[in-house]
Amino acid sequence: MLQPASTQAPADVAPRTAAVVDALRGLEGPLLPILHGLQEEFGYVPQESLPIVARALNISNAEAHGVASFYHDYRKAPAGRHVLKICRAEACQSMGSETIAARMEQLLGIRFGETSRDGAVTLEAVYCLGLCACGPSAMLDGRPIGRLDEEAIGEIVTAVRQ
Amino acid sequence: MIPVIYIPDDAAALALGADKVAEAVAAELKSRRKEARIVRTGSRGAVFLEPMVEVQTAKGRVAYGKVKASDVRSMFDAGLLTGGHHKRWLGAPDKIPFLARQTRLTFARCGVIDPLSIDAYRMHGGLAGLRKALAMTPAEVVKTVTDSGLRGRGGAGFPTGIKWNTVLNAVADRKYIVCNADEGDSATFADRMIMEGDPFVLIEGMAIAGIATGATKGFVYIRSEYPHAVSKMQRAVELARKAGVLGATVLGSPNAFDMEVRVGAGAYVCGEETSLLNSLEGKRGVVRAKPPLPAIQGLFGKPTVINNVISLASVPVILDKGAAFYKDFGIGRSRGTIPIQIAGNVKHGGLFEAAFGMTLGEIVNEIGGGTASGRPVKACQVGGPLGAYFPTSLFDTPFDYEAFAAKDGLIGHAGITVFDDTADMLKQARFAMEFCAIESCGKCTPCRIGSTRGVETIDRIAANIEPEKNLALVTDLCNTMKFGSLCALGGFTPYPVMSAITHFGEDFRPRPMREAAE
Repeated sequence: MLQPASTQAPADVAPRTAAVVDALRGLEGPLLPILHGLQEEFGYVPQESLPIVARALNISNAEAHGVASFYHDYRKAPAGRHVLKICRAEACQSMGSETIAARMEQLLGIRFGETSRDGAVTLEAVYCLGLCACGPSAMLDGRPIGRLDEEAIGEIVTAVRQ
Repeated sequence: MIPVIYIPDDAAALALGADKVAEAVAAELKSRRKEARIVRTGSRGAVFLEPMVEVQTAKGRVAYGKVKASDVRSMFDAGLLTGGHHKRWLGAPDKIPFLARQTRLTFARCGVIDPLSIDAYRMHGGLAGLRKALAMTPAEVVKTVTDSGLRGRGGAGFPTGIKWNTVLNAVADRKYIVCNADEGDSATFADRMIMEGDPFVLIEGMAIAGIATGATKGFVYIRSEYPHAVSKMQRAVELARKAGVLGATVLGSPNAFDMEVRVGAGAYVCGEETSLLNSLEGKRGVVRAKPPLPAIQGLFGKPTVINNVISLASVPVILDKGAAFYKDFGIGRSRGTIPIQIAGNVKHGGLFEAAFGMTLGEIVNEIGGGTASGRPVKACQVGGPLGAYFPTSLFDTPFDYEAFAAKDGLIGHAGITVFDDTADMLKQARFAMEFCAIESCGKCTPCRIGSTRGVETIDRIAANIEPEKNLALVTDLCNTMKFGSLCALGGFTPYPVMSAITHFGEDFRPRPMREAAE
């Protein structure tokens, strides 16, 4: 993600991280579930959490960092209050998603991968939501939206600006 | 009898407003003081008709298509609860041409029943395959799957029974069943639909795989872009445990089998089986070199069956009805049915389960009804981002693994993206390289570096810089990627690129010439 890595972690990052780790460390292959858990807890994966995770799982800090940075989902900084994902894969392209994508950047005043300055919205590209027979598609805060057109875009912009 | 109203909560139906329709129906029932039960189902797959509302009447179900929340009041006025006529009325769902022409084996219940009712699942033939498997020896179960001719529906088309047999014969203290639900290919949504619309069939298929191979633990690895499928599967696994389908004694037998749902983290390459296994283990989703095969050394180094959702979800009907029944469908070495996903710029898009053998033209023009834009079809990409672009001159190609391979294409996960004549194939070829660059795991050089060089070279062609020389360079690069990459990401990216160059050469001509021609 393109957000700066200068986010200040909350003061209680250590105990909250430990609680997430303790709840999930018994799983087989617990690292991804733990990273998902941290993102749910903090809204992103704090750099400060990784050494705690590494120690608990008996892996190196480098390994923990390597995994957290490999996957697109794990954020280095919190997202905006709303997260808008626009599909930019082929099926949506065939229905004009690139025009929609450019229009959305223009209306929100941010590029893909960025969060608006007021913290209202993060705009992300996604490569397929499985909504390929009703494209162009998007997902706003986990809610799927199909057949995006000028009107639907307007509604989305209004919703995230509120 | 209280009337029953079926409204899908499949993600595609939700994307088209199904929740608003359900709210409007509930509100209308309340204000009219009428009693009816609202059941949320999966989707039958006719996405162009979603949200599709059905009502159970004395004469069977009656469907209404493309329903908007604003239609609901007038639908009640027209006698919705008894199947009354209305502009949204479609009649019996089984008679809708898009549905009537299908052969629904794997998707028999999808869109029909409450996906989280195990009683409904049983009443519609569920668990019959598992019961039969429990009465057989593991080798007999494996033989049935082998004899059915089922091949991996994830894209590779490897015979499922042969994979299972390797795991059955492997000796280990632990074995695993892993379901690959990292359905990242554009134009594919069959896995998502079955997980949202009939999750128990996948659980049953995995349990059968466990019994057949001696594995006691399963994982479903679902991509994070599918939150609705994740939540349905998680709830279904809990319900299956309560019903004794999963646990220490599967349906009261001495066999143990349990499973967990795991969520991916946005890496396309994790759809490749070995990187998926690394991801499950908590590592970077980097591809492993084969051998060793996952069937010998898979998850945590143990023998592992790793199959696609649709492969596993097709197993219960094979066990229930027999190998011969399944094998009877299809052509050549492509046996049984395949859920074709018709997507992109197409009028009648959705999931269409049919026996192998229909031609691409029949699927796109007759079933799909041509483009949504009404313009001529220019190209179809078959098999996702790693599949070839087919021109209409190849529309006589039958849907069959070998027939597509013979035309330098692949069926993949059976997704078809339709493009109209406004598509720029140079742009599509560039996107294929760009996507590979974004999603490459970085382990092998042809994929990691080749994809970036590919984008740059195609950009030079677009800028009319030594186009002939650069076209030759892209062709050579594709050859290196195809034969030098570790997995299908780098190895198959040449399919869309080379097919675009081969079949749509005019889009790669120098710009001034193209503009002059237009």
